[in-house]
Amino acid sequence: MLRNHRQEMVVALLFVLPFVLIYGVLFLWPTFQMVYLSFTDAPLIGPGEWIGIENYVEMFDDRRFWTSVRNTAYFVVLTVIPNTLIGLVIAMMVSRLKGWQQSLILAMFFLPYILPVTVVYRIWNWMFNVQFGIMQYPLTWIFGKATPVFRTQWMFMPAVAFVTVWWTCGFNILLFLSGLRSISTDIYEAAALDNASRWTIFRRITWPLIWPVTALVLTIQLILQLKIFDQVYLFVQGGRPDPSMVMVQYIYSQAFQKNEGGYAAAISVALFVIVIVFSILQFQVLRGRGQK
Amino acid sequence: MSTVESRAASLDSGATTRRSRANKAFDIGGLILTLITVIFAVLWAFPIYWALITTLKPEQQAIAKTVEFLPRTWTVEAYWHVLVNTMIGRWYINSLVTSLAVTVITLGTSALTAYALSQLRFPGRTVLWYLILASFMVPLTALIVNHFILMAQFSLINTWMGVVLPQLIHPVVIIVYKNFFDSVPKEYREAAKMDSAGEFQIFRRIYLPMNWGVTTALAIVTFIGAWNAFLWPFLAVSRPEMMNVAVGITSVNDAFGVQYARELAGAILAALLVAVLYLIFQRRVTQAIMLSAGVKG
Repeated sequence: MLRNHRQEMVVALLFVLPFVLIYGVLFLWPTFQMVYLSFTDAPLIGPGEWIGIENYVEMFDDRRFWTSVRNTAYFVVLTVIPNTLIGLVIAMMVSRLKGWQQSLILAMFFLPYILPVTVVYRIWNWMFNVQFGIMQYPLTWIFGKATPVFRTQWMFMPAVAFVTVWWTCGFNILLFLSGLRSISTDIYEAAALDNASRWTIFRRITWPLIWPVTALVLTIQLILQLKIFDQVYLFVQGGRPDPSMVMVQYIYSQAFQKNEGGYAAAISVALFVIVIVFSILQFQVLRGRGQK
Repeated sequence: MSTVESRAASLDSGATTRRSRANKAFDIGGLILTLITVIFAVLWAFPIYWALITTLKPEQQAIAKTVEFLPRTWTVEAYWHVLVNTMIGRWYINSLVTSLAVTVITLGTSALTAYALSQLRFPGRTVLWYLILASFMVPLTALIVNHFILMAQFSLINTWMGVVLPQLIHPVVIIVYKNFFDSVPKEYREAAKMDSAGEFQIFRRIYLPMNWGVTTALAIVTFIGAWNAFLWPFLAVSRPEMMNVAVGITSVNDAFGVQYARELAGAILAALLVAVLYLIFQRRVTQAIMLSAGVKG
């Protein structure tokens, strides 16, 4: 019996070993290194001196850092709530359909989600192209002239947010669809019997019952969009990146363009902390739903 | 529905007529809603259609002032050009190799770990489980600088291995697998033990086959995720011949100036494999997304 026990332990350790190695070398160690690096003046590659909290002091005085924080927050505001609400509306529209019609319509809404970001960038760069883009028809109608959306500063973030919603909404639609399916049809039938209007049904039944899913989608989106880099980086190419710089982009530019490894690590720690704070919030929401 | 109907009828026949009139109005409202849904879906998918159709036009038609929803002259010149004049074949191989490696290694190590966590007793089990749960909330994006330094120390910049390694942290795969392994009835394991089967055999012959559906679903989304990854493959590789296809296509314009049909042809090719995968395995993709969001699909 004792031998069996020992054997089980050895087998178990062998089973978890590959993962533990990967986890240790590629996750725990870099995390630890990131914190250490943030207290040094090291370049990207090579040794540096321990300088205490100087990087953090510099960061709090750095106007470009705060711009990147503000831009990230702005992007989060522009994407998270629209993406959630549009996801809910589309899911409600799709859930009314049946069978192959539902599959087809759902696929049309979901397809963008599985595209690589560079493909999304190419498609929308073409759609919005100032000379030949098809979106210039509505834009000219609204603004009276052809508009370079990604070269106009006030339009840049809303436009990237718009593309992001188009790209990622499919995920939210799926979560909302499964939520809507789990609402018992009896409740709707009872409401129909009372001649309740569509709006009343939505407000009194659908919205309160779907709220846990809404909260889940909101928090997932929030955490995801805080890590924005790809779309902003791609769409700003050829223009001035500074006014629309987001946090990950600032990390990238400090580390890979300015060769400031230590300072980039300090900004990484800031991002790290912000995301973890919001993740704990998400964890609370999930636990509220009685799930792991 | 029929019971509701009859109950309504027995209550008050007047109510039934009122209801049926309401039902008629309901249908027209429903029809309008369906119509709106279809129009909205068409608009939503239109950019993809528009990009696709542009690639099949000759360049002069692609940039023509009139809007043409179908090419006047169909041509695959843009694709031909991208295939011949860029390294897209090479990029495809890079993407295939790295994405497959990420998928196989992630699923393999995660399934083994999940099995141990679910079925075996060993020291550090609880600690490991909580570490995995905690790492769920850690933003890997914040680690790019140190991943780069680490890969540089291992001399893995501009290699397949360097692209793969930092993409292997997917705690959610372990969490999903553990939930499924937990729900396999204990009798199977006990019966196999009686036949003196080893743990690895039990894992491979019972627990894995019983959960092939989950494995397929997780494999497809992990693969699509790795194929679509941008930030890390973009940082880890600077040599064009080592790029993944999603990164490589952004360098297409440098090669031949602004040729929209060609730019888009590169993009369509980059997305082709994952789009086809999705269309074939639609239900699995849906299932995997639900599972990893913590919703039982």
